[in-house]
Amino acid sequence: MTAFTLDITLFAVKLALVFFVILTLAAYLVFAERKVLAWVQDRKGPNRVGPYGLLQPLADLIKLLTKEDVVPSGADRWLFYLAPAMAAIPAILIFSVIPFGAPLTIYGRTLPLVVADLNVGLLFFLALSSIAVYGVAIGGWASNSKYALLGGIRGLAQLISYELSMGLSLVPIVMLSHSFNLTDIVAAQESVPFIVYQPLAFIIFLLSITAECKRIPFDLPEAEGELVAGFHTEYSGMRFGLFFVGEYINIVVLGGLAATFFLGGWHGPLFPPAVWFSLKTLAIAFFFIWMRGTLPRLRYDQLMHLGWKVLTPLALLNILATGWWLALK
Amino acid sequence: MIEQTIFYILAAVAVIGTLLAITEKHPVHAILYLVTSLFSMATIFFLLMAPLVAAFEVIIYAGAIMVLFLFVIMMLDLGHPEKGMSPGWREWLPALLLSAVSIASLVTIIASRQATASIYPAAMQIREVARHLFQEHGLAVELVSLQLLFALVGALYLGKSPAPSPPTPLPEGEGGQRPGEGLPL
Repeated sequence: MTAFTLDITLFAVKLALVFFVILTLAAYLVFAERKVLAWVQDRKGPNRVGPYGLLQPLADLIKLLTKEDVVPSGADRWLFYLAPAMAAIPAILIFSVIPFGAPLTIYGRTLPLVVADLNVGLLFFLALSSIAVYGVAIGGWASNSKYALLGGIRGLAQLISYELSMGLSLVPIVMLSHSFNLTDIVAAQESVPFIVYQPLAFIIFLLSITAECKRIPFDLPEAEGELVAGFHTEYSGMRFGLFFVGEYINIVVLGGLAATFFLGGWHGPLFPPAVWFSLKTLAIAFFFIWMRGTLPRLRYDQLMHLGWKVLTPLALLNILATGWWLALK
Repeated sequence: MIEQTIFYILAAVAVIGTLLAITEKHPVHAILYLVTSLFSMATIFFLLMAPLVAAFEVIIYAGAIMVLFLFVIMMLDLGHPEKGMSPGWREWLPALLLSAVSIASLVTIIASRQATASIYPAAMQIREVARHLFQEHGLAVELVSLQLLFALVGALYLGKSPAPSPPTPLPEGEGGQRPGEGLPL
């Protein structure tokens, strides 16, 4: 085997593995969410399909795939078809810049455990996360339904109010690590994770990504109490499934990013790096599920108020304080 | 070779996307065509070893400005091409004037210089870009930011209603409260 084919093979294996793990994790996160919510609410949760209900995601998949694919009359057909993919694809693409383990050495060559080691990785994440909202907005608009439209508009407004604080909360990370590259950011946290220096930025980032993946208490685009199901009201079958899975991929990816930016990435004692990375990611995912079981939904103006008048100024102050601290150090 | 092929595909997508964005009657479709065009532009910048410009192209244009356009169109329910009026010559005149100015400057630049852009440019680190921007062109950056401030103040002034408008009638249906009213939470 020549060196070139070996490189290509290793890369293809890595890519396939990443895809497989993320999609499986997203499917099992749905299961985990139903189980955890059931425990929170003193129920049993799904327990019929397979041992402990472990095959439930498979049953859900079969059900979604065999359901009728309904397009509402008056819908913008092409955009209606396209929107779920527009929501799910950016979410999975973001993962390509996250380093999920220490570089491996196979056959004498190092294999970095990150799909694309971009030097603007952080900006790549911000760019794709702002693109992901098109799926929500277009899906809501193309459905030709007032609930879906309202959900889409809420999704857009939510993005505008949270993107700023999310981006600003990451500026201190760049200031501390002197890099936009996620591998460098992880390397800078070898001894001390950034959450120790930047607890405020971590809280702002956590709140912002909760809004970003539309989780309770910020799940206004789909608020089932007011908008039926918001932007995906009119979707059925696997198109709904794609929105749904996209949301859980988003949780995995944003959890991974929070781990990378603030919790030291794959660094950790005793266990292998990839295990540490998964543990940290799953801890954030569990936190999201826990919040869903605990908190009520915010009202719309409360959310905008929080984003514009609390989080954004706080993030700016945090940048200023970090600047002072770095200058005095 | 591969880079060239990718470039021509992306360039075709950008040009066709922009053309469709101009000719499309439906505002939401036009926005999506424009976003597609911006995306392929960003990828072209990436091919030219300028990942920073590529990222900013997507974050600022596709991710912020176009999202705001889409938001306004959806919120004000402007997505009905049949209601829209075709612009008269009064609307065309400033647009034509501005495009004439920008085309003239483009032609001047092209005519006055040798083609120096290499097909394989060197990558520029973010640090260098920042240094160039804020040390060599610091004044220009400040001027541009001042201009943005002017635009903001102007928008505030234009958006301010001339007289306090009467309160909006109560919406029908449940509650019947205006936003901001009701029990404090």
